[in-house]
Amino acid sequence: MLVESPPEQRAETAPAPPTRRVVRAFGLVLAVAILVLVAMASIAIGAKELSLGQVWHGLFEDSGTYGDVVVAERMSRTVLGLLAGAALGLAGAVLQALTRNPLADPGLLGINAGASAAVVTAITFFGVTSLSGYVWFAFFGAAAVGALVWFLGGSRGATPVRLALAGTAISAALYGYLQAVMIMDDAALGKMRFWTVGSLSAATDSTIEQVLPFLLAGTILALALARPLNAMAMGDDTAKALGADLNRTRALSMLAATVLCGAATAACGPIVFVGLMVPHVVRSFTGPDLRWILPYAAILSPVLLLGADVIGRIVARPAELQVGIVTAILGGPVFIYLVRRRRTAQL
Amino acid sequence: MKTTNRAVRSPGGLSIRLDVRALVVVLLLLATALTASVVLIGTGDFPIPAADVLRTLFGQGNEGQEFIVNELRLPRVLVGLLVGASLGLGGALFQSISRNPLGSPDVLGLGQGATAGALTMIVLFSGDANQIALGALVGGLVTGLAIYVLAWKRGVHGYRLVLVGIGVSAIVTAVNGYLLTKSDIVDAARAVVWMTGSLDGRDWDQVWPLLGLCAVLVPLALCNARGLRMMEMGDDVSYALGVRVERVRLLLMLAAVLLTASATAAAGPVSFVALTAPQLARRLTRSPGPNLLPSLCMGAALLVTADWLSQRAFGAEQLPVGVVTGVLGGVYLLWLLVTERKAGRI
Repeated sequence: MLVESPPEQRAETAPAPPTRRVVRAFGLVLAVAILVLVAMASIAIGAKELSLGQVWHGLFEDSGTYGDVVVAERMSRTVLGLLAGAALGLAGAVLQALTRNPLADPGLLGINAGASAAVVTAITFFGVTSLSGYVWFAFFGAAAVGALVWFLGGSRGATPVRLALAGTAISAALYGYLQAVMIMDDAALGKMRFWTVGSLSAATDSTIEQVLPFLLAGTILALALARPLNAMAMGDDTAKALGADLNRTRALSMLAATVLCGAATAACGPIVFVGLMVPHVVRSFTGPDLRWILPYAAILSPVLLLGADVIGRIVARPAELQVGIVTAILGGPVFIYLVRRRRTAQL
Repeated sequence: MKTTNRAVRSPGGLSIRLDVRALVVVLLLLATALTASVVLIGTGDFPIPAADVLRTLFGQGNEGQEFIVNELRLPRVLVGLLVGASLGLGGALFQSISRNPLGSPDVLGLGQGATAGALTMIVLFSGDANQIALGALVGGLVTGLAIYVLAWKRGVHGYRLVLVGIGVSAIVTAVNGYLLTKSDIVDAARAVVWMTGSLDGRDWDQVWPLLGLCAVLVPLALCNARGLRMMEMGDDVSYALGVRVERVRLLLMLAAVLLTASATAAAGPVSFVALTAPQLARRLTRSPGPNLLPSLCMGAALLVTADWLSQRAFGAEQLPVGVVTGVLGGVYLLWLLVTERKAGRI
């Protein structure tokens, strides 16, 4: 019994047997199928219900009927959900690997708060109104807070508690700043109270066009980091011996997470826990190999985000519950479950 | 290092250990809080010199001053002192129980929970000030209870408490955001001011319940300080020393939650006082352990000073006191994170 290594370590060291790889690849196809279904649901369900036939008609034979117009409206919302979901899931997976911290999430680490504070600053003090203008502010805010949290809580002996506390504390400070701005400026309040909960409802085609390049670049970078991050998971010394450039991997990982979170936050507002939950679920059936975790996370995170968005539209009819609220309400219990499951010694 | 502990013995054989430095710090902080209070009472559209303020407080002022001081400004200052003291003490209790300098009620989500209760009253029921306060009290208590139950696993302490608190806080924050989007813009503006923490328009109605709670909870907390100090050495050690660990912890957490929730009910979730006061107090007394009394005095001094700053520092525009504590707290927090990180304590 002592000789046998735990299953996940075995998966790490030995290449997966061919059958297992087939299963995983098949699972990936299945995941894509689920994603397509959820995306269809996201287009069909809302204040006006559409049949699958109408959705199909609107997607492929757009002829300007009322149903087709509704489809076109919900299309941009769904596409943004797909993109932002993938971005948050990838960012979460990369951050969890980078910090070796099972509780890392762009929201919990304060990166979303950084992007939010920067966007609010841009809107209120610099009069920036277009998304293309404040997406750069969002990057800057995300990067600044990411670096700060990393420096404060993570650079030496990062423990999940340290990182989470550093992130929460910085979020609290930035949250105070947001509130001060909202008190002084009623116009900002009117706008920000909807933006700061995280929502897909404001999505338009131009929103997507503006963040798409960043999200694509971030996604490609994140996927390319799978191998070096795998090496780093074995410990710094082993990774160095394997020829991985630790500093470059760390810097690129932070860059990828920042670009993904910054762009997603600029487009939808801060959304928490997607990046926490999905990589956990994925890891439970792929094992620790990031070459599988990352693609799965990129496909299943939008399933969660779009699913949460659909739920938000169903439960609060005829109004809707913003997606950021639904993910927080779903994700909080998952987070608490994870905290409870681990022994204190491991934290 | 010079030792500052002295044992004081009475003829009957009773003895208490006296930390001279801590005593001096407590007296200095009390003096600061009272001086700031007098200055704050004198500040406003009708400035009153400090000497007149004192004379009026002792019943020797003229009629106009009597009205302004006793009816308008004194209750506000008293609420400030009591809220600051409650937050300072509540923060010290929580930080000691969680054994983490960041484990304060605002990080753990108690402030958010109280806010949820108050927002429910403002947004869903358009409640008046008393109903808002009641909502905040209930919200804070329910959140505290939820954190305790969820963190319970053969005892509650340390990291699990902090992390569960962060999780609960995230959920409640989302609920608050939702309530804010549901409200119309007038209620939303009112809610945001409340959510920042403000002492504007506080009168005697707020003073009495706070004073009553403090009269019960402060002695209760101070009496259990010994047990708390031992619990910082670890549950097993303190159990061996005769401390009923989980009972003391439950009692003190309940006291801390009540203190924080009632303070929040009176003034809104004034940020960072609970986080900073115990840490500043600890640095001044240089003594280990929970430092309950110094934290309490520090909280009162901080909040009154911040309230004075909020009235004076921004020219014509008066900001709620919570904005001042938020800004100061943010700066302090960065410093804390940097120094504590170097010491490896966080």
